[in-house]
Amino acid sequence: MSKAEYPLPDGRVVFYRHPLFVRIVHWINAVCLLLLLMSGLQILNAHPALYWGQVSTFDQPFINFRSGEGAAFPAWAILPGWQDLASGRRWHFFVAWVFVLNGLAYAVYVVASGRLRRTLSPTREQLRHLGDSIVEHLKLRFPHGEEARQYNVLQKLSYLVVMFFLLPLMILTGLTMSPGMDARLHLLTEVFGGRQSARTLHFLTAAAIVLFFVIHVLAILAAGPLNEMRSIVTGWFAIRPGPTVSRAPPVHKELTK
Amino acid sequence: MNRRNWLQRSLAAAGALALSGCDRIAQSERVNSTLDWAESWTRGVQRVLLGRNALAPEYSEKDISREFRANGTTHPDTDEYNALAQANFAGWKLVVDGLVERPLQLSLNDLRQMPSRTQITRHDCVEGWSCIAKWRGTRLSTVLQRAGLKPQARYIAFYCADTLELALDGTGQYYETIDLIDAMHPQTLLAYDMNDRPVDIAHGAPLRLRLERQLGYKMAKYVMRVAAITDFTKLGRGKGGYWEDRGYQWYAGI
Repeated sequence: MSKAEYPLPDGRVVFYRHPLFVRIVHWINAVCLLLLLMSGLQILNAHPALYWGQVSTFDQPFINFRSGEGAAFPAWAILPGWQDLASGRRWHFFVAWVFVLNGLAYAVYVVASGRLRRTLSPTREQLRHLGDSIVEHLKLRFPHGEEARQYNVLQKLSYLVVMFFLLPLMILTGLTMSPGMDARLHLLTEVFGGRQSARTLHFLTAAAIVLFFVIHVLAILAAGPLNEMRSIVTGWFAIRPGPTVSRAPPVHKELTK
Repeated sequence: MNRRNWLQRSLAAAGALALSGCDRIAQSERVNSTLDWAESWTRGVQRVLLGRNALAPEYSEKDISREFRANGTTHPDTDEYNALAQANFAGWKLVVDGLVERPLQLSLNDLRQMPSRTQITRHDCVEGWSCIAKWRGTRLSTVLQRAGLKPQARYIAFYCADTLELALDGTGQYYETIDLIDAMHPQTLLAYDMNDRPVDIAHGAPLRLRLERQLGYKMAKYVMRVAAITDFTKLGRGKGGYWEDRGYQWYAGI
């Protein structure tokens, strides 16, 4: 038992799950992503069509968001809440700086503190039971008790994909759209298949992050919203210790062999 | 009022409050000047990364866009401009003045007789679209060297024939400013040909700026006068360009 752990009267145990630094980074990141999404949709409203390649094939867009008259994305979804590309860009590029610096600080921390290895990397054991975990999740059964002390394998993998693939991809596709950066990082433009492809990928990646957000929130609701919310605000997370017979976790199966 | 009703109403009220709060924040002067820091960070970092001479990518003939969209003014509909256009810009002269040793007046023929550069480049509009075209013109650096910049010169201003939107304060004529790093860049052209033909009226006839490492709105069309200046706070509304005066970034490398 680590020192940062206390029993509750109802038999549960609370332990310190998220260090202060992680909580701060998480919430800065959450606010940044919301502002980036809304200012991003404001920018997209200025030309709500996506293409593949270097240039815009105006008569053959990959996606055309505008159906009929009016803006493609409504006032409640954009920042600011009226048509204003200049302000949208101002918000987007300011928040992008905060987002990048926040993300870099986290990346340094998570590697240097060993948290990446300890907390976020799936164990070999977990990877072997990946299939079981997927089945359990599809049945909306989430790990409880001692097993909830660490992230489960799907949780770890999705965090890793978001933090080390989707968010960096967001930054790189964004940079590729900059005509200035294109003079220095044209290789990146080539990798993404052209500036308009990078713009399309920027949007699709944003959509993937929104999808992650939806699943993230649903998982919190299913796993106990108060407990989850308390842990990301105060750091303290409650579990009910002891063997959980009804939802025999893969680890236990392994032990009884 | 039952509980569901109450919940719905309070949610709607909270939403409306959040929205109007957002709008108030987005309109606040202090918030906007804070957001402007990002522009100087971006400019600073890009200046370090790009240096003076990093070139914008150039493309081949087969990459040229079939349709090259024209934004902003597509025909400066003034009597003076129409008269010039009618005569195929035979009477047009580019004025080069301001902080220069030798003010110049250059006809299209004068410009065509100076050394030229041809480049096939991608034009990125602030709205998000891109088109590729072939441009031929005189390097701005060649013209400025011929005129001889005075040491106090810090920026180059471009005065255009078009008034995009005449405002009550008398501003609205298109203009742009760039610094000397961009002015001396090898791809910065005063372009007179587009896709092997004289630049057409929609794309800025008879002369437009090409500034390949920045967005389209920096590339002034219908350029009538080029002037070397020390600062741009007295031009237009003081932000360094028509769109800059309307909230867009002066540094448009992003």
